[in-house]
Amino acid sequence: MDYVIEMLGIRKEFNGFVANDDITLQLAKGEIHALLGENGAGKSTLMNVLFGLYQPEAGVIKVNGKDVHITNPNIANDLGIGMVHQHFMLVDTFTVTENIVLGNEPKKFGTVNMKQAEQKVRELSEQYGLAVDPSAKIADISVGMQQRVEILKTLYRGAEILIFDEPTAVLTPQEIKELIQIMRALIKEGKSIILITHKLKEIMEVCDRVTVIRKGKGIGTVNVTETNPNHLASLMVGRDVTFTTEKKEAVPAENVLEIRGLSVNDSRGVQAVRELNLDVRAGEIVGICGVDGNGQSELIEAITGLRKVSNGTVMLNGKNITSFKPRKVTESGVAHIPQDRHKHGLVLDYPIGVNMVLQTYYQKPFSKSGIMNYKEVYKKAASLIKEFDVRTPSETTLARALSGGNQQKAIIGREIDRDPDLLIAAQPTRGLDVGAIEFIHRRLIEQRDNGKAVLLLSFELDEIMNVSDRIAVIYEGQIVAVVQPKETTEQELGLLMAGSKKGAGERV
Amino acid sequence: MSKKWTVLAVPVISVLLGLLAGAVIMLVSGNNPAAGYMALWNGAFGDTFYTGETLRQMTPYIFAGLAVAFAFRTGLFNIGVEGQLLVGWLASVWVGVAFTDLPKVIHLPMAIGAGALAGALWGFIPGFLKARLRVHEVIVTIMMNYTALHVTNHFIRNVISDGSDATDVVNETASLRSPFLENITDFSSLHNGLYLAVLAAIIMWFLLEKTTLGYELRAVGYNQHASEYAGMNVNRNIVLSMVISGAFAGIGGSMQGLGTFGNMFINSGFSGIGFDGIAVALLGGNTAIGVVLAALLFGALKVGSLNMPIESGVPNELVEIVIALIIFFVASSYMITWLLSRFKKKEAK
Repeated sequence: MDYVIEMLGIRKEFNGFVANDDITLQLAKGEIHALLGENGAGKSTLMNVLFGLYQPEAGVIKVNGKDVHITNPNIANDLGIGMVHQHFMLVDTFTVTENIVLGNEPKKFGTVNMKQAEQKVRELSEQYGLAVDPSAKIADISVGMQQRVEILKTLYRGAEILIFDEPTAVLTPQEIKELIQIMRALIKEGKSIILITHKLKEIMEVCDRVTVIRKGKGIGTVNVTETNPNHLASLMVGRDVTFTTEKKEAVPAENVLEIRGLSVNDSRGVQAVRELNLDVRAGEIVGICGVDGNGQSELIEAITGLRKVSNGTVMLNGKNITSFKPRKVTESGVAHIPQDRHKHGLVLDYPIGVNMVLQTYYQKPFSKSGIMNYKEVYKKAASLIKEFDVRTPSETTLARALSGGNQQKAIIGREIDRDPDLLIAAQPTRGLDVGAIEFIHRRLIEQRDNGKAVLLLSFELDEIMNVSDRIAVIYEGQIVAVVQPKETTEQELGLLMAGSKKGAGERV
Repeated sequence: MSKKWTVLAVPVISVLLGLLAGAVIMLVSGNNPAAGYMALWNGAFGDTFYTGETLRQMTPYIFAGLAVAFAFRTGLFNIGVEGQLLVGWLASVWVGVAFTDLPKVIHLPMAIGAGALAGALWGFIPGFLKARLRVHEVIVTIMMNYTALHVTNHFIRNVISDGSDATDVVNETASLRSPFLENITDFSSLHNGLYLAVLAAIIMWFLLEKTTLGYELRAVGYNQHASEYAGMNVNRNIVLSMVISGAFAGIGGSMQGLGTFGNMFINSGFSGIGFDGIAVALLGGNTAIGVVLAALLFGALKVGSLNMPIESGVPNELVEIVIALIIFFVASSYMITWLLSRFKKKEAK
């Protein structure tokens, strides 16, 4: 087989910590090659080595069969290696073309020849079926389009080998489908692709081969046709993983959360939740499923007191908590795993231990007559860290320094520990690997089995289907159907989410 | 090198680089750097009188630095320390002059309290505007500096005195002057404010690091969204932070009014202490102990520079250049940490 890139026996250390240990990755021409591993397994390190950001301590890199020394990203560019970053590197106020040519502008008498640049961008866009408007402002186009601009950036620089770093993490299901088509078009035009991901479904769908790494070690490369998701997951995690979460039948009791006629406006003042009704009972998990932007975030912010309610009531255990301040909501027995753990869930510059008391810091024993007792705080933190298997060097490590999965475990530990009557989990497993997802699902079900109410918001249909006892479909700010996971299919949910009223479930 | 060391290394190296660059400038301009710095040292610590003057100069710097650092630690940029210091100065002097037959135990705390209150009020306004209307505190505090300058001048000329350029000297019962400190420092103008400055630094440390309020204030400074999620009152904390910061600055003004000068006079321009406070906080890494050390350095540079033209013929403006360079090097701390890591790498090889 002809390899366009070979990374042989790569080893990279950071201050004694081995991030990559003897990893081999061989990319054949015209293939989509997945690089699979848990968070922190060393995928990004390996790609940064390839991209010239890090220098390996050992190992050889070959491009088209020749030994190369990639000491900085410019050399990687010259070798035709392009990276589509997970977090886009775009200037919001610039146009698509301006962003693409940035740093590589076609010049004419000392000025930038924008016309020529636009022409080239348009040609590239058409060639690969990207349908990007070269003169649109970045701020005005969708996230999916922005990603295509990133792709165009690498193509404009003549990339033959494209590295996609977790490209689907930010995309809607529809956009993911389109991205997959784009990747196929790229292959048709003779490009080769490395796809960094931990989503097994995507690998099975688009990839030709998979290289698995675990804890910095290369586990091996397998053909996708000769494997299955279960096998890949066990390779990645190092043990067997169950996808369908084991759980007993739910025994729902009385209503814990009752929402009646709730209306909420979004930040622009547009009504996002419209006269919504919803019940969550003790001992059940209700999953809210819907396409992003149908009022889910506003609903949760309204329940937790982060957003003003314009109409309707929210009752908790028969008590009216509508428009309570966040602290009062918390004290009433609501816990909230927020959608954006960096924005809402953690103070990243506080030690992880201090983050463990974010809502209880003012209570005894953490605070006595206005003075903090950090000893007690860290004692509490240590026990939570142990119980919820948060992997951190110590309680005093800054939250920022932890991996996403461990940050999320810390938040979940903190929220569950308060023993809430209602646990709101908004996208609790976003961006996490299968091991962490499994752990979090088990915890949510445990809450339910302890007779608590759980409200789960997720954009992953698998998660909704597996974990929920009832599924409430939200569309344009209303619950349009409530269905049983056993009596529905992904197809039916997809239709309901798109606003089709032909759902079989009971109407609310 | 551990993180703690880097934190310490950046300011120390900045100071050394600033002094080094100052030496180069002295050489280029035909002066003798060794003589210049010797004169600077002698002027700052040469005998007990100069040491006293340095410590006296350090006192308001500590307060100004603490004010900036406190706000900064809670996510706010208080450029208005200068103005808060001026109104604090005026309020202290006014109380010091107006009451005549109060015992010292009441009068002095009252005068200092008035300074704190005035500074707090001057900080409250930008804090309130930020919390309510999201007006950026930098804009408002800059404007408030000018307002303070002209308002205090008006009060001195037209309210507290009859068209005079200065107020009366504060009554003995409101004075910070200390015969003891003057005696041991060869009759410098060192006053009891020194103790208060050190106490203030301890209070700031305790407030931020040990109290529940400090936990909240810092959380709001780091991440307002998470603080709101955690049930903290973000707006109240913003206002409170500016109020406390302003109070520190206001007491800095009391030091001038009740200690150093004993009165207040028409200022044609800013005293500069409030603005230097920004540099002090920056150099001190926005920590209490760092502010005290940086204030000592600034006090020494300011006082010592006066001796430079006398003893060595080096113009004292040169110290201004050195201070500016130190601030430059601190601000470009990224460069220093980068150099340090390069240096360390080479060592490892």
